[in-house]
Amino acid sequence: MTQRTALRLHKALARIWAPEPGWRGWLTTNNNNDIGRLFLAVATGFFVIGGILAMLIRAQLATPGSAFMGPEAYNQVFTMHGTVMMFLFAIPFFEALSMLLLPGMLGTRDLAFPRLGAYGLWVYIFGGSAVIIAMLMGLAPDGGWFMYPPLTSAAFSPGLGADVWLLGITSIEVSAIATAVEVVVTVLRYRAAGMSLSRMPIFAWYILVVSVMILTAFPPMILGSLLLETERALDWPFFQVENGGDPLLWQHLFWLFGHPEVYIIFLPAAGMIATILPVMSRTTLLGYGWVVAAAVSLAVLSFGLWVHHMFTTGIPHLGLAFFSAASTLVAVPTSVMIFSWIGTLWKGRVRMELPMLWLLGFFATFVIGGLTGVMLAVVPFNWQVHDTHFVVAHLHYVLIGGYVFPMIAAVTYFQPLLTGRFRYFRLGEVAFWLVVPAFHVTFLAVHVAGLLGQRRRTWTYDEGQGWEILNLVASIASFVMAIGFALVILDILINTFAGLRGQRNPWGAPTLEWAAPTPSPTYGFGSIPIVRGRYPMALDPDLPQRIAKGEGYLADTARNRRETLIVDTMTGEPAEVAVLPGNSRLPFLLAVVTSTSFLAPLVGAYWLSALALSGVVIIALIWVWQLVPATTEGPVDAGRGALLPVASETANPPGWWGSLFLLLADGVHFGSLVFGYAFLWTVAPNWPPSSYLRSEVWPVMLALGGAVALIAGPRLLARAIGRPALPGLLVATCGALALAAAAASVMLARPAPEGHAYDATLWLLAGHTAFHAALVLIMLGYLSLRRIAGHALRVGEARIVSLWADFAAATGLVALGAAWLPGAFA
Amino acid sequence: MLAGSAAILLLVLGLLSAALLRRPAIPEAETGGRVWFWGFGLGFPLVTLAALTLYGLVIGERLLPRDAPDLATVEAEARQWAWTFTYPDAPGLATDGVLHIPAGRPVDVRITSRDVIHSFWVPRLAGKLDAIPGHVNILRIEAPAAGTFAGQSAEFSGEGYLGHVFTVQAHDPAAWARFLAGGTP
Repeated sequence: MTQRTALRLHKALARIWAPEPGWRGWLTTNNNNDIGRLFLAVATGFFVIGGILAMLIRAQLATPGSAFMGPEAYNQVFTMHGTVMMFLFAIPFFEALSMLLLPGMLGTRDLAFPRLGAYGLWVYIFGGSAVIIAMLMGLAPDGGWFMYPPLTSAAFSPGLGADVWLLGITSIEVSAIATAVEVVVTVLRYRAAGMSLSRMPIFAWYILVVSVMILTAFPPMILGSLLLETERALDWPFFQVENGGDPLLWQHLFWLFGHPEVYIIFLPAAGMIATILPVMSRTTLLGYGWVVAAAVSLAVLSFGLWVHHMFTTGIPHLGLAFFSAASTLVAVPTSVMIFSWIGTLWKGRVRMELPMLWLLGFFATFVIGGLTGVMLAVVPFNWQVHDTHFVVAHLHYVLIGGYVFPMIAAVTYFQPLLTGRFRYFRLGEVAFWLVVPAFHVTFLAVHVAGLLGQRRRTWTYDEGQGWEILNLVASIASFVMAIGFALVILDILINTFAGLRGQRNPWGAPTLEWAAPTPSPTYGFGSIPIVRGRYPMALDPDLPQRIAKGEGYLADTARNRRETLIVDTMTGEPAEVAVLPGNSRLPFLLAVVTSTSFLAPLVGAYWLSALALSGVVIIALIWVWQLVPATTEGPVDAGRGALLPVASETANPPGWWGSLFLLLADGVHFGSLVFGYAFLWTVAPNWPPSSYLRSEVWPVMLALGGAVALIAGPRLLARAIGRPALPGLLVATCGALALAAAAASVMLARPAPEGHAYDATLWLLAGHTAFHAALVLIMLGYLSLRRIAGHALRVGEARIVSLWADFAAATGLVALGAAWLPGAFA
Repeated sequence: MLAGSAAILLLVLGLLSAALLRRPAIPEAETGGRVWFWGFGLGFPLVTLAALTLYGLVIGERLLPRDAPDLATVEAEARQWAWTFTYPDAPGLATDGVLHIPAGRPVDVRITSRDVIHSFWVPRLAGKLDAIPGHVNILRIEAPAAGTFAGQSAEFSGEGYLGHVFTVQAHDPAAWARFLAGGTP
């Protein structure tokens, strides 16, 4: 009887959540299961490409004076190896795993913004492919993966390579930001009923921290790329010393991103370890609260360390002392995590399954990488080994030991859940015993070569310097390691297609993702689970059956649409019903036009780029239009007697939450711009400029009046629900236009941005203001169209516009103030 | 540092092995948190790191350029892919690829670049310091006795990076005086 209920529920939900049939289904699907699988496959493909590049490097360095590659080819190969591994493999791979697993862990049916996830996937595929295709055409960047100008400026890298890097990588960062917004909102709002913050699975905490880090660390890098690309294309001299620029500005912006990036890569792996290790020890994680606190403090500390990549650039001594101390300090939260895991093993009974083997590989490797990291934080030592192979070996210990090994553990651990099959062929153990010893032989040799003075990024070396044996050993072992990695991939593929059909929850794990049938269906859960503790599967072994029978929330499929539960952020009490969009071709189309607008400048087709940009606006408008129905429906039955409002009819709909976190990234981007302005002002030679911008009074009045109107207009709109919307719309529109006019006055008064970095920065500050005013205008236009079409205006929509208008007004006043004040006081 | 790191590594791996070998019949509840977190997690790294950082700062302090009565100053300008050295004590004197310094005296090298970023590194005399266009970085070196020392750029600078090397020639007082006077040292 109850089995039949479960089956009927399964059939109804499977129909509602089904992708379109055939190959078109892959282009229009936005379900996290499909998107996650594609993401994972593509990221693995890039890992293989990066690995082949690594083998080319080791082949070249195996013998002194090798004629295998010349410096032109070698410089492209090592630049692309770093770029592919960092940007095209490491970040997308953990994003893919999070997309696949997070909804299950949280007890929800999908991520908060499914179409945004699909969009992020396609932008990543297009941007990444463009970078690889450019490499195959011999147009790869060759200035090293951190792209220091002036070497990468137009004067010293005239080819397309640097542009490929800047535009391709920036589009991938856009994809990462889209995913991060989606993950943050999902973790904060889309959970099982009763899952308060302190009951969240530990991985959700880690990935929440990581996503906030992405939103705050990527914007400086995006700004840096924007500055460098503008300098290359339009000759605005941000990094040219003779015209008021400074190449050190790039290093600050790059490492403001680059150091947190290391922890953005490590923390998801740590989250996986904290998830898997307790299950492998048949116990629970020791010190959940300690581990959460350690993850948060590691994230905060990681933003205070970027200067340790710049110890040799002539930083003042006090600065060196501060950043040296801060750099050693990150070892503290890291050791809290390490000892939490060892303590967990201590209190449990370990079983030596394949995931556990890889975790042991992690311990042995990562601890060594951490210790060489502490050595590098000591300034006098750093001055000797900086830019030698010692640093190369250190970062491979941290990244392969701290990221790749735990990720392999994660894939083997979750394979039964993702494929419904359990391991049968034992190739994985062979692969492990090839990879880990070969890894240590390779990079121990590289450490020593670095201590003996071998510089990184040199394409060959002479005989008689004592490096021959070390390099040959490293190269041979690295090929063994590569064979091992190939076996890892083969093992997973074989067991995916030919493993044993397994039962549910083979490891006896206590968290919700294992409550779904295996392989996890597109809809995830038959009904939204109700949880009463941190380990719901341990508390209630019958939970899977009760979820499947529809005893949780939202088991009624009568409304015939994709629904999931939104809960109160703190307590996890059911609060709203989210209606998720179905299959759609819009994400794919939007990704096509976005990528075109990014990549068209590579071939000089600026007109195409502009055309594609207008395509972005149009598709985005259709996207939002389809999301919100014309009429409101009031509270709906969420099951178990709960009557809950639909999310789009609340004051803070999901779009408001998404906007809030997108604006966090936008705000950091703006902050980086102001930092750059102040940096050039105080540090760059050839400042101050020969003359300052002196503003007249009317632009100042326009800016002030515009800001007030921008703040007031949308608020009028939000209050006037059900009454005429025209006054609010009109006030806000006038405000946006006035602010844009004030910004234009800056550009008109200083018409030569290519003359001095001061003028170029003024143009960016004014451009930022005008751009955000234009965004608000587009949103206001959208609301007007909705009114004209006779749709009901919702308070949530007005509040979203209000958020963006406030941001435009606040940053506009700061930007224009920064442009005007020096002239007013000069 | 190496010995300390090895000791820490052995400690961690030892604890790990002990944890693996230990097989309690029933997995224990949350106990021992105080030792694991206050002791190993916080106390242990804080103490070792404080000592190490202090040690690094003291060493760093000794490497700082200080006023010295017999200080000599030379200038190094890098470009793709060569070095030119000039000598404020002998205006007009310039050498390519060979830096001449007096032995047994502290020498300040004023480092800059004409094009992209390079780095001045003579491993046996000092750590490296970057040559950045528009900036002058000062590195203090001292050669213990007359002789030749190999130097190289240590910041990737494009196709000619491998060959971007120079030598440092340290002279006894008489030879240094002859060099500054324009003669062969």
